[in-house]
Order: sequence, then structure tokens, then C-alpha cells
Amino acid sequence: MSGRETNGRSAVEVRGLVKRYGEIEAVRGIDLDVAPGETFGFLGPNGAGKSTTINMLCTLAQPTAGSATVAGYEVVRQRDDVRRNIGLVFQDPTLDLYLTAEQNLRFHAELYGVPRAVLGDRLRQVLDMVGLWDRKDSRVQTFSGGMRRRLEIARGLLHSPRVLFLDEPTVGLDPQTRKSIWGYIGQLRRSEDITIFMTTHYMDEAEYCDRIAIMDHGKIIALDTPAALKASVGKDRVQIQTDDNLAAITALRERFGLDAAIHEGAVTFAVAEGEQFVPRLFAELAVPIRSVSVARPSLDDVFMSYTGSTIRDREGGQRPMMPWLAGRMR
Amino acid sequence: MSAVTVPVRVAVPERSWRHDLRAVKVVLQRELIRFWQDRMRIVVALVQPVLFLFVLGSGLTALTRAGSGGLDLRTFLFPGVLAMSVMMPAMFSAGSIVFDREYGFLREMLVAPVSRTALVVGKCLGGAIVATGQGLLVLALAPAVGISYSVGWMFSVVGLMLVLSFTLTALGVMAAGRIKSFQGFMALVNMIMMPMLFLSGAMFPLSGLPGWLSALTHINPLTYAVDAVRRTVFDHVAISEVSRAVLVPGVHWGGWQVPVLVEVAVVAIVGVIMLAVAAGEFRKSD
Repeated sequence: MSGRETNGRSAVEVRGLVKRYGEIEAVRGIDLDVAPGETFGFLGPNGAGKSTTINMLCTLAQPTAGSATVAGYEVVRQRDDVRRNIGLVFQDPTLDLYLTAEQNLRFHAELYGVPRAVLGDRLRQVLDMVGLWDRKDSRVQTFSGGMRRRLEIARGLLHSPRVLFLDEPTVGLDPQTRKSIWGYIGQLRRSEDITIFMTTHYMDEAEYCDRIAIMDHGKIIALDTPAALKASVGKDRVQIQTDDNLAAITALRERFGLDAAIHEGAVTFAVAEGEQFVPRLFAELAVPIRSVSVARPSLDDVFMSYTGSTIRDREGGQRPMMPWLAGRMR
Repeated sequence: MSAVTVPVRVAVPERSWRHDLRAVKVVLQRELIRFWQDRMRIVVALVQPVLFLFVLGSGLTALTRAGSGGLDLRTFLFPGVLAMSVMMPAMFSAGSIVFDREYGFLREMLVAPVSRTALVVGKCLGGAIVATGQGLLVLALAPAVGISYSVGWMFSVVGLMLVLSFTLTALGVMAAGRIKSFQGFMALVNMIMMPMLFLSGAMFPLSGLPGWLSALTHINPLTYAVDAVRRTVFDHVAISEVSRAVLVPGVHWGGWQVPVLVEVAVVAIVGVIMLAVAAGEFRKSD
């Protein structure tokens, strides 16, 4: 591998990318750069334009406007070069269930022209990585959902792509399997020299990324590290149990100027640097306190602070608005 | 056995004909693996030809004995049934594209850095080999209809079946490029196959047909395949010249009887054209 195309350049570079389907503008002009070796996450509700963006980067959809390069190649003009240098794991399964795990991988290797001299070793390596070497002769039909997804990840890696695209890699899997898939992805980040570009609508999964772009209605509304995004929300969430909650709420307003409300059976409020605030709270609040909990803002809080609703709200789920963030809503 | 510890890095080569050839081969191989795994399908595809040959053929023999110059109707039907026996498996092979689309595997093929034409060629060759394999089972029934085995005619017939299967698979792939549901695909296949079969001379000789019917048989590629198979087989069947003129009239363009080799060429060219159309369809899709 020459590597010359990426020297000092981004693994993924997007400028003013737009995708329109008739009247509908699925992606409305986005810009981003992903550094080589980075794990980059695209976070947003279903229909935000994440998959459309990934499809354009993988040469599966033509951009309406704007440009993008992947591994140093232009996605429209150098389609085959892009394809040689990317691995794909789609949201929907794309395995031949009637073939064995190894037959699926060999099929892929032939389509990508993987040199026969290294194929055997590479096959072993990727199957070992996802813990499926001992099942290589089983038909994929007999695999569980998690095993199939792992096999797809192994297949996506088989030809040593420089950028691996994972579109909702854990969608439809149970929490335990999701966790194990993330274990494998973490492992491959360490062992392979690779850039990972993924989408998810699970907030907790976005934590695994080096940087996250939050996407909503076809636009990137925030882009930073998970820690920085959470810091941008600014305040920690403090919950206290007291002998007299109503008195506590009044006292918090009068003494500290904080807006508190009863939430999940506890007096809840947002405050900067919550841990330093706790000693003051004990010293100065007249109402006896029975317990305290301080929580850092989650990515849920981040998404909410930028969009005014939670991802679950967006997708039609039921979730009450969090009063301590109401002040930051736009 | 020890696990490989140093990461093996793979360098994917630039596109080349050699790479495309590997793609043709692996698509073909998959076709063979899938066919071999699905032995039920082999049995099912055998039912229809056997039904035509032994049930319909035997039943109608009494009716037609006078008109066939004493020839067993089953012997007459045999070449047509051979052609018919490759139709179903060829269409099944092509139809698997529709399944692959539904189950996502087609996407795995379409995103690969390989020419779409190579994928279509691999599919058509794979379908041709699989369908011919199915035809061999029917070919083995020759003695049961009074035709003795011999290397010469059987070898030629296998070649003819390969060409015909290729063209039929290409026809199916062309349809599968446009039709997204398997139900739709099977409906279309049924709609096309029966008329093709009836207008091919597989069931009755094409001598003395009314003009409009005769015109339709001439534009049917299956006609040329059936005639080529029948002439090859009947070179080894003893019948009177009078019967031969009625039962194996050949295909004529104007007054010219089309030779077997030209008939084969017609079938092959139609197949290549359909393959090109199919490849065009797949090049355009995402």
C-alpha cells in the first residue's frame, strides 16, 4: 500500500455535500474532515440524513452538489479507487446465508482481487479477530444475529481497507451482543491501521468515538469530541432526596438562585461543577438532605441542548422534557 | 496451528481483466455451490420434463400413431423435452438475482471494485452450466424413448444445451435487472416460457403452420435450439424419408434451410445481446 494519497491529508473530506431526492433535501450542505486513524461517529435520529451521507461517501449515491474524497480519492470521479480502499458494513445484512462463513469471505476476496498468497493468513486473522475461526465451515444460516454482524465486520476488513464504514453496526441486536460487537470494534482499532466512520442512533455507543458529528434534518449541528460536547452543555445534573422537597425547592431558589423541580421522585436541578457544589449545599441548605447524586451530562443531554428534543422524542418514543435544560433550548 | 499475530496487510490491485476474470469465476462457482446444495430443486425441475415425455407423450401416442409414420411420439418429443429441461433451471439461476437483491447479497456484489459486466457474465455462465447439468439427467433417459446412447450425438447435444442455457439465463438476468420482486419475476417467466415453448416446435412439427404462427416461430430463439437438437438426435433415428420431411422439417429463411451451425449462432448471438442489455442495466443501478 503506497499511503501516498493520504499523507498529511484527511481520510474523509467533505465539502458542501448536498443530496436531494426530488423535493426532499436529505442532506443539506455538510462539511467535515476525518483524520486518518480516527473513529468518527455520525449521531442522529432515523431520517436525519446519516445513511444518505454514508451512501454518498461509499459511491452508492451520487451527490446532488458538493464534493467528497475518501482515502484521498474523489467519490464521483474515482469511484473504483474509493471502492478498493473502503470496507462496508451495512445496516441490513448482506451475507449469503447458504454459504459457509469462509465461502462468504472467499467470495469477497475474489471480488476485491485479494492476492492469493496472503489470502489464507488474512482470512484466519479477520476470523480470529471476531472470534469465528472455529465456525468458519458452518453455514451462515446457523449463525445468530450477533455472529452474522461479526462476520460482516470481518468481511469488511478482509481487503485491508483504509476506511471502514459501519452503518448502524449494532441495530437490532440485544444489549449484550451490542456490547460484544463494540469490544471487537475496539480491538480492531488497536490492531488495524484504519479509520472508522460510523453512524448510530444509540447515544451510549457514540461514546466510543474520538469525535462525533450530531446530525439533524440533514445538517451537522455540532461536531466535537464526546467530552467537549458534554462540556458544552456546561452543567451537571444534581438530584437530592430531602425530608421536605417543596421547602428544598424554595430554599434552592432563594439561597442559590437555582431552578429545581421534582423529577423521578427527587429534587433535580442543573449546576456547573456539581461536585464542588455539594459541600456548599450541605452547609447552606436549611432542609435536611438524605441522599445526593451528581451526574455529568450525557450525550442525550447534548443532543437535547442542540435540538430541543431527545432522539427518542424524534423517533416517536415517550420521554419527558428535562426541566434543567429548558433554559438552553433554542 | 498458531494464530497469525502480525497484521497481514492486503493490497487490493487496480482493476484489470485478470481481476474481472476472478470475479467471473467466483460468481460462477457460487452458482455451482448453490445448485449442488439445493438438491431438492434438481428433483423438482425434473418433474415437468418427465411429465411431458412419459405422461403426455404416452397418452398422445395412440392418437397420433397414424400421422407419425409409426414413430413413437415420445421419440419425437424427446429433443423438445431436452430443450425444455434446461429452461426451468436457467430461469431459477437468473431468478436468484431477485433473491440476492431482497436478502442484500446483491449489494455486496455491486459495491465491489469490479466490472458489473464480469458479474453478469459469471452469472450467465454459471446458469448455463447448472441448467445443462440438469439437462443431462433428462438426456440419460434416451434409451427409454428408443434412442440408443452414443458419444457422438450426445456430445453435440450437450454443447447445444450449453448454448441454449446460456441464452435463457441471459434472458432471465435481463428480466431480473428490472423486476424487483420474486413473485413478479416468476409471473413474467411463466408468461414468457409457455408461449416460447409452444412456438418452438418442441411439442409439434412446425411444418404446415398458418403464416402468422409460422412468423412467430421464426422470431423465437428457442425454435432454432429445438430444431438443432432434433436434427442432431434424429440423425441417429431410423425413420422413413417421408416421415422425416414431416417431423423434422427444419427452419427455413425464405427457401433456404438454416444449417445447424447457423442455428447455434442465432441462439448464441441472441444470448450475447441479452447479456449486454443485462450488463447495461446493472451498470446503471447504484
